This record gives sequence, structure tokens and C-alpha cells, in this order.
Amino acid sequence: MNPATRPAVRRPKSKEILLAHGSGGRDMHQLVEGLIVPQLYNPLLAVLDDQAIVEIQGVRLAFTTDSFVVDPLFFPGGDIGQLAVNGTVNDLAMGGARPLYLSLSLILEEGFALADLDRVLKSVRAAADASGVQIVTGDTKVVHRNSADKLFINTSGVGLVADGVHITAAAAKPGDRVILSGTLADHGMAVLSCREGFTFSSPILSDTAGLWPLVQAMLEAAPGAVHALRDPTRGGLATTLNEIAARSAVGIRLQERAIPVQEPVLSACELLGLDPLYVANEGKLVAIVAPEAADAIVEAVRRQPLGRDAGIVGTVVAGPPGQVILETAVGGSRIVDMLSGDPLPRIC
Amino acid sequence: MKYISEFRNPELARRAAAEIAALTDGPVRIMEICGGHTYVIFKHGLTEILPPEITFIHGPGCPVCVTPLERVDLAIEMAREKNVILATFADMIRVPGSRSSLQQEQARGADVRMVYSSLDALEIARRHPEREVVFFAIGFETTAPTNAMAVLLAREQGLKNFSIFSNHVTVPPAVRAILDSPDVTLDAFIGPGHVSLVTGSHIYDFVAKEYGRPVVVAGFEPLDILQSIAMILRQRKEGRAEVETQYRRAVTWEGNRKAQAAIGTVLESCDMRWRGLGVIPGSGLGLRKAFSDYDAMARLGMAEPPSLSDPKACQCGDILRGAKKPADCKVFGTACTPETPIGACMVSSEGACAAHYHFGRHRREAV
Repeated sequence: MNPATRPAVRRPKSKEILLAHGSGGRDMHQLVEGLIVPQLYNPLLAVLDDQAIVEIQGVRLAFTTDSFVVDPLFFPGGDIGQLAVNGTVNDLAMGGARPLYLSLSLILEEGFALADLDRVLKSVRAAADASGVQIVTGDTKVVHRNSADKLFINTSGVGLVADGVHITAAAAKPGDRVILSGTLADHGMAVLSCREGFTFSSPILSDTAGLWPLVQAMLEAAPGAVHALRDPTRGGLATTLNEIAARSAVGIRLQERAIPVQEPVLSACELLGLDPLYVANEGKLVAIVAPEAADAIVEAVRRQPLGRDAGIVGTVVAGPPGQVILETAVGGSRIVDMLSGDPLPRIC
Repeated sequence: MKYISEFRNPELARRAAAEIAALTDGPVRIMEICGGHTYVIFKHGLTEILPPEITFIHGPGCPVCVTPLERVDLAIEMAREKNVILATFADMIRVPGSRSSLQQEQARGADVRMVYSSLDALEIARRHPEREVVFFAIGFETTAPTNAMAVLLAREQGLKNFSIFSNHVTVPPAVRAILDSPDVTLDAFIGPGHVSLVTGSHIYDFVAKEYGRPVVVAGFEPLDILQSIAMILRQRKEGRAEVETQYRRAVTWEGNRKAQAAIGTVLESCDMRWRGLGVIPGSGLGLRKAFSDYDAMARLGMAEPPSLSDPKACQCGDILRGAKKPADCKVFGTACTPETPIGACMVSSEGACAAHYHFGRHRREAV
């Protein structure tokens, strides 16, 4: 999609909203790019990064919003409160912006336990403190029992983009390296195993975390070398890289052997027939960086507690544009497509 | 559990591929019967490390794919019934029927639940005694024992609101039908390990004895498949046609007697129509008369639906028999994609066309 021109409305085939329209995958893209963007078009919206970068009186602000409907509210390694803060903080950080202020809207179901709300708010506070952001405004709504499920949260946020930082999914260039900050699929499998009542010898914990320290470390290590940043949430690494490849009109080649997945997470994925490349993360980022700076950036990320398992997992190539190819561990190759359908509704 | 990384070890894979190359002395057409194997072959790009003389023909072993359209429509009709909760596997929720899909019905208000097993559906029935819970059962001999067990448990626990819409199919009659069709030239088979976990490897004895083709029952990791190909090639080299088991860590010749007994108690063989292959005598499993209280069709008063054929452009029948390849089909990747599948092979990730579309589009050579 070229942000400079208004795209035509292309309504999805289905007459109703399906769960797949919230998957983060192909169906959601068709809804967003076929209906929402054309109806609300402006050049800033049509960039379709995780945040909009707006310039106000010479200051570049990153602005974003995100809603959280995870089920269950409390899961191993986190809860909806942490997700709500970290999700928005990360959407800002992926624009290279220092996250500053957040809003918080609560949609509560009649009958929801006040003790649970208290617990969520404590988490919100802790996560905000950890990322150095303040919740400065908010809203509270209550709906009838069964009109919402317990608690939904929306957060919006603003952050500041430093001079010289220009990060967008459209900026990947052939030769760039693909850096992944750590293991895949932890969040999705933590929520899912808890939902399905699976127990593993070592419990799978969500990786929910604010990623600004990693971004800051990268920008300090090699200013200007970070071309694109994304946190692979719904739709997983596969979908995120497909977005970058499409927006930048480049190809991406990944090395399966370089992509870290914890053994219990891999086992859980196999058990449920899921591919870790498509499972949601909430505390990982993928960076497309200039080749000459890649090693320095990896080193800087590895020094951060959240980036200990970071490494180069692939390379940007000229083409075919929009195509992501995985070189498999056993020596073959395959396409890594965008997520299609929705295996895991309400994962965040 | 270390069962995954060990079976994807790059060095072992390289050695296995070298052994296969040394054993290859001419073209070999191997049918991997099971969609799970098709998926693994594509997902790991195995054809690229094998000699070009080895061709995989993707068999009909994808239960989602071979469930005929009219039966998907019937499940949709069941889900529309007031008071029904229809539970099934995730893939079946997305499969389009002739006019709608379960996911569309879900959006319109039908109570459709995704489960991992019929036992989850049984649990839903226990928690909602006021509702009628139907499990839309599909699958080969792999899922049949659990589903039979769910029926036995429902009876034992006196659950009156649980039933099964049985669309079970069995592997051997389909393999025979393929071997009997005139336009197929297959040299050997890779048999699905999980089916034989239940049935034993012996079910393929007729393939070796009557048709003279080697069968190797294989596990589902890349190294399992590579090793099975080497075993097939060795048989050919030595002029043997036998049933061998590669997946020895799980499979025996006789199989799991308990699981077989559960199937035999609850289910009986019946004729079944396969999408793409037509009616194959004795290839289905339906509920025995004694269990008709648990038969969803009987409970909801629904009759066997008339058969619906796939659109004319679709070549799934030929692809499922190995007579054609996905790329030979005119609508492949154009009108027929995983989002808007026209034919059986595109509907599930284990279908030959879907696997080719998802994982193999970058390779030009036909697969």
C-alpha cells in the first residue's frame, strides 16, 4: 500500500466479522487494508506501522493505541495489566520512540471481582514503573453481565522520537540483517497451556516485557543502522516478517537453526499442532539493521537482561519481493507465509 | 522431552540423504499416504535434499480434506439447531461447506466450540446438561479410539446429551482403491505411524502380498521420513516387497488391542464417500445400532445427505490418487487458495495443495 494515495475499498468476502478478522494474519490485513484504512484514509494512517509518527511544532511524537482482551486475565508469567502497559509501550518503542505517557480505559463486566481489578491495577502500576511511563488519563465503563467478558483494557500512548531516528517497516534493504531478541512463542504457549489445562515439567511463562531498553541499547550502539523494528505479537514472527518484506518490497531468508525456541515451548507447539513462527510473543522484537552494524547491535542487545538470547536469524534479499523463505535445519527450504485463519483467539 | 531436536539433527539428516542418494538407481514414486507426512515433507523442504529421481505422491490421508461437502453442510445444519453445541477440531471450523462454514455460523450465533479431543466435548456435555452437545467426529483410525471411548464414557456416566456425528474413515480400503485405479503408477508407500500405533503395521500386508509394493510405517519427524525412504530403497534393491516399521519407538505389528477393542465395541464398518475419491466400500466407521442414542444424526432426526460434487475446475480427485500434481490444476493458487479453497486438498494444512501453496510456491519444479 502506498501511503500517499487513498486505497480503494475492498470489502472482505464474509458478511460478518469472524474471529479470524482479529488474528493478526491475512484476514485481519484484508479487513484493515480493504475497509478500515480506505474509509478513514490519511497519509499518516496508511503507513500502517505499529505507531504513527506525527510532527508537532518541530517535535516528533509517536502515538499508538491497543486493546487487550486476553483470556484468562491471569496467566503464567503475567496478566492483562502488564500486557496492556507493555503492549503500548512496545508499539511506541518499535518506532524508535521513548515511551512517555499512557492512557488506560477499563471496560468492566458487571459482577467482576474488585479484588481481581485491584490485582490488575497493581500490575499496571508495576509495569508502568518498570518502563518509566506514567498513566496520565483514563476512563471506566461498566456493561451488563455477559455484555463483555470480565475485563477489557485499552491503552493509548505517546512517546518522543529523537532526531535522526527514522524507523519504519518500509525501510528494509537488501543485505540488511534480521536480528531476533530472544526465544519465540513463549507468550502464546503460556496462555494456551493455561487455558487448555496442560502442565509441563517446566512451566511455560509469558515473556511480556517492555522493550524500550533493548531499543535504546540498539540506537546507542549504532545510530542510524536500525532500519525497521517490530514486536512479533499476534501472527508471530512469520506474519511480522511478511509485513516487513511486503512494505519494503524485499525478500527475507531465515535460518531455522538460528531461531531459538525453548524445548518445552516446542513440545507444547508440537502437541497442539502449532508452528512457533506463528505464535504470539509479548516481549520480543525483530530488528532489520545495516549489515556492518549487525554484530555490534547484537552484542549491545545481549548485554540487556531481555536480550540474552539475541542473534542474527536471517538476511534481507532483493527478492522475490514480499517473500519470506526459511532455510530448514535439515537443509531444505520453504516459504513462510502470513498467518491464515486464527488458531488462537484472545491471546492478548 | 528431546524427541524433537534429535529427529531434526542437520548432521544426521545429511548422512541419511547421502545414504538415500547411494541407494537410488532410478526413478521411484513413493506415496506418503498421510497428510501429516505431506506437511512434514514440505515444512522441512525434504525434496531439496533428496535425489531428483525420488518423487512423492501425496496420498488421501488428510481427514479434513476427504470429508465430503455434504457432510460439512450437515454439520452446519446441526450447529444451527436450537440448543445444540457443536464441538469439533479447529480445521473443521474453517472448512467451507457448499454455502457456509462453521466459522460463519459461529459469527451468526451458532454455538461452535473448538476442542482438541472428543473427551473435551464430553466435558462440555457434563457442564451443560440442558444443552445437546454434538461432536463432529472426523479422522482415521487415529481419532476413532478416543471417540469410541467418549461414547462408552457417556454411557457409563449416564450422559443423555452427548452424541457423535461420525465421519470416520479407514486407511486400508482407500489404499486398495488407489492401487486398483488404472492411471496410478506407485512403487512404494510410506504408512502413517499414528494409524499403526492403533491398528498395527499388519494392515498393509495386502499391499506387499497382493500388489507387490513395499510399505514402511514411519514417524513424523524429518529423520523418520528420510530413514523410511532408505528402507524402501533397500527393499527394492534386494527385490523385496514387505511391510516394515521404521517408527519402532511407538508401533508394533499387532497395534494397541485396547484401542482396537474400543473401536470394535462402538463402531462398525460402513460404506463412505470420500471427497475426491467417491464411495469406497467398507471405508467408513459408523456407530453400531446398540449405540444409536449417541448417534447425532439419529438424535437430531437427520437423514444421510445426497452427495455434492466439487466444482468442475477442481482436480482434487486426480491429485488424491497421485495421478496429477497440485501445480497441474488450473485453479491452484489463483481461484483456489487456503483462504478461499475450492477443493479438498486446499482446505487443511495437511492437504497436498495447501502444503504446496504454503511452503513450496518458491520452487519451480513440480511437486
